[in-house]
Amino acid sequence: MNADYLELTDLTVSFDGFVAVDHVDLTVLQGDLRFLIGPNGAGKTTLIDAVSGLVPATGRAEFGGQDLLGRKVHRIARMGVGRTFQTATVFEELSVLQNLDIAAGSGRSAWTLLRRRRGVPPSVAEAMETVGLTELADTPAGILAHGQKQWLEIGMLLVQDARLLMLDEPVAGMSGEEKEQTGHLLRRISADTTVVVVEHDMDFMRAFAKSVTVLHAGKVLSEGSVAQVQADPLVQEVYLGPGSHTAEEAAIVLGEGV
Amino acid sequence: MDVLVTQVFNGLSGGSILLLAALGLALTFGQMGVINMAHGEFIMAGAYTAFVMQQVLGAAGLSLLVSLPMAFLVGGLLGVLLEATLLRRMYHRPLDTLLVTWGVSLILQQLARDVFGTAGVDVPAPGWLSGPVEVLGFSFPRSRLFILALAIAAVVALSLALRLTPLGRRIRATVQNRQLAESSGISTRRTDVLTFFIGSGLAGVAGVVLTLMGSISSNLGTSYIVDAFLVVIVGGIGQIKGAVIAAFVLGTVQSWVEYSTTASIAKVILLALVVAFLQARPQGIFQVRTRSLA
Amino acid sequence: MSEFDTAASRVSALRGRWAVLVGFGVAAVLLFAVAPAVLTSFRLGLLGKYLCYAMVAVGIGLAWGRGGMLVLGQGVFFGIGAYLMAMHLKLADAGADGVPDFMALISSSGVPGWWEPFRSGWVTLVAILVLPALLAALLGLATFRRRVRGAYFAILSQALAAAFAILLIGNPTATGGSTGLNNFVGFFGFSLRDPVNRQMLYFIAAGVLLAMLLLVRQLMVSRYGELLVACRDSEERVRFLGYDPATVKTVAFAVAAMMAGIGGALFVPIVGIISPNDVGIVPSIGLLIGVAIGGRTTLAGPVLGAIAVAWAETSLSEQFPSGWTYAQGLMFMLVVAFLPGGLASLGAVRGLRRKIAAADPTVAAETADGDPAPVPATEPRHAHGGAQA
Ligand SMILES: Nc1ncnc2c1ncn2[C@@H]1O[C@H](COP(=O)(O)OP(=O)(O)OP(=O)(O)O)[C@@H](O)[C@H]1O
Ligand SMILES: [Mg+2]
Repeated sequence: MNADYLELTDLTVSFDGFVAVDHVDLTVLQGDLRFLIGPNGAGKTTLIDAVSGLVPATGRAEFGGQDLLGRKVHRIARMGVGRTFQTATVFEELSVLQNLDIAAGSGRSAWTLLRRRRGVPPSVAEAMETVGLTELADTPAGILAHGQKQWLEIGMLLVQDARLLMLDEPVAGMSGEEKEQTGHLLRRISADTTVVVVEHDMDFMRAFAKSVTVLHAGKVLSEGSVAQVQADPLVQEVYLGPGSHTAEEAAIVLGEGV
Repeated sequence: MDVLVTQVFNGLSGGSILLLAALGLALTFGQMGVINMAHGEFIMAGAYTAFVMQQVLGAAGLSLLVSLPMAFLVGGLLGVLLEATLLRRMYHRPLDTLLVTWGVSLILQQLARDVFGTAGVDVPAPGWLSGPVEVLGFSFPRSRLFILALAIAAVVALSLALRLTPLGRRIRATVQNRQLAESSGISTRRTDVLTFFIGSGLAGVAGVVLTLMGSISSNLGTSYIVDAFLVVIVGGIGQIKGAVIAAFVLGTVQSWVEYSTTASIAKVILLALVVAFLQARPQGIFQVRTRSLA
Repeated sequence: MSEFDTAASRVSALRGRWAVLVGFGVAAVLLFAVAPAVLTSFRLGLLGKYLCYAMVAVGIGLAWGRGGMLVLGQGVFFGIGAYLMAMHLKLADAGADGVPDFMALISSSGVPGWWEPFRSGWVTLVAILVLPALLAALLGLATFRRRVRGAYFAILSQALAAAFAILLIGNPTATGGSTGLNNFVGFFGFSLRDPVNRQMLYFIAAGVLLAMLLLVRQLMVSRYGELLVACRDSEERVRFLGYDPATVKTVAFAVAAMMAGIGGALFVPIVGIISPNDVGIVPSIGLLIGVAIGGRTTLAGPVLGAIAVAWAETSLSEQFPSGWTYAQGLMFMLVVAFLPGGLASLGAVRGLRRKIAAADPTVAAETADGDPAPVPATEPRHAHGGAQA
């Protein structure tokens, strides 16, 4: 079980010569809740894309001792790697229940697939309860509010039984209370899985991150606990511009506790 | 040697016809995502324009030269009409545009049969285009050379227009990012209409050229439309140069396969080759990278 | 809370099942009792022909309506089924080691080698079931696995139809060329001249169609059916959940091809002729309009639409041949542009609106998962622009 960790070695993604992820080394252990931050265009999403198989990459990306690079997207997903998208992507014409049931079922036999679903599978019911969508089980996902769609995506990740979860800006557009709930949920999940969260919301990061990696121009700029990263002059420079900065300035952008 | 030269020339000549038929599609399908099955009937309309012009003007040489801009106008206006009435509401469901324009194509064909009759009509080529030219001991039909030259001229004109004119910039901006273009003050409506006008106008020009190849009838478009789409698919969406290369490659391959088998087997082999090619490059010769999940 | 929802959706599923049972009952009575009683044997034959088109339509509804694949080459699969059957009937008519009449007329080289296996009825029947599905699976895997865009698939399937028709016309000695194959005398030992046997053929077609509807209904309500709709909505998302959408779509495409093949095979003895006119681009795409009118995402819509369009064609095209072409063109334009969900969506849209108005589980359950879901009258969304179309 403890072999379940994500290890990126020298991971590089380039688009026609433009290097979006630049020789990144990164290790995230099971039980960690790693926040990946960095300015727009830093390569955060691209890094997730590379690990989940959406864009080709060089270097190594191992999860649980198995190499992920070069495999097809659905094979990687079956190895226990789940992700969400920066803009919530759910099956709009299917109900919440159907969305979750599909997410739960990649291992189903042909025979099971060809039969009608009877009742609600326990894992799906539990996930609906967790993300608070039980009442909307039969609602088409397309008419959910934006925040609810994001919850649904998280629910899909839960029932998918992923052991590595990568979430791309999961709380963007959520209210304070919803963020709070999401944060606690992520904490709970991260107890026995490996979780990577891409976020711009610094308050959210400070409240829930167990560790932080800062990405800038495709490279790892800094890594450590929230406090360590916030105190890092390099990070301050990237977020605030070159030169020296007062603690207040830093506090405004990167949050208090610098 | 003889065979080689003839085959290469046939390939270029077939390619230039494919190119003229496909060039407009590269705009409307490639840049706008509309699968316009009536493009073939716009070609037919261009051909009948040439026929009518010859009836009116009589003199073959003059009428051909007048027909080219006239057919551009006829094709273009048909395209604008189609865009403004039906297609503008369908940009979010590109597959359905295929079926809608298929309906248009059925109607235009029937209209042509009702107006011009079911039998084919001839549009004799002007004197300066009949007969062969001798080059290095080989003889090439003048009409084929004319088509080749016209195809090249059309490509050059179109790419210059796209690159240099304000309209071209607007088209490219709209294709790349519609919302951004809109918010930077480009009227995407007007751009759509103009793109469609040019794309369909080019079909009209192709129609005039096809009158040099033989008699024309209401199903003229049907015989070119699928091949023209294959050219755009192989070329890759979004760039004119892809369509140019694909047209000449497909033209050459077709002429060789036809030479070594029969025309009917050649069609099947060509299709199999296209499918095989898409295995290697699913997006065509030139791929445009996007991040969208679609 | 969750028990309540389960109960609600179970109720709706039960209600859906009853509605379907009643629907099938009515259809069976109409097809097996009413039609033979009220129709002349000539009209019954025509209805039989429409039923063959309806079989193709059932498959199109599955692949296009549910799976989002615009299948424009169904004429090919229809044609393969039809020509296989026609070859067998010709060979059987010619007797053991005999040469079919049309072949003997235009060539002296005898029966081509690849015809020989189809002297056997069993081989022919198996081939009818297998070959169309196999070809579809090949084309499907080749395109879906490489993530070729939807428009490309549509055009490639159309090109296939064009190539197939040209191939048939180009080889008159083996396929009858543009006249096709006709003049069948017997059908597996039964005379096709005998009205009783002809009625039997009609019954077979009706039975096969009902069986296909049952099969597709099962596929639609199954988890596979939900997955297929998910692939139509967002193929990439399905991939990130650990499924291979290429397989999911190929299955639907192959099933649709098999149904088209069976339809073609029954078409031959019922209609008595098959020619390239029935298989090329034009008839292939023509098969779609009935499906579009009836409602592409529904179970019964494609069947009813296909029968209605075929009936209208027979009655109109005799009197106004050019009028029919205009009508067909107008139907494509108007229905697809303005009523993409077909006639079925007129009722469904109202249901959906109610559902949105009251996001209340009891109301929501009414149109819930169980039966062929009334899908809103919109297509899966595609970003505009060439780069993504
Ligand atoms: N498919 C692609 N083709 C070309 N360039 C790309 C592609 N995908 C990403 N890029 C580029 O790679 C860089 C990194 O993008 P990425 O989306 O990973 O940044 P990000 O850190 O997620 O930013 P944000 O916080 O805004 O989401 C950007 O400059 C982007 O333009
Ligand atoms: Mg991002």
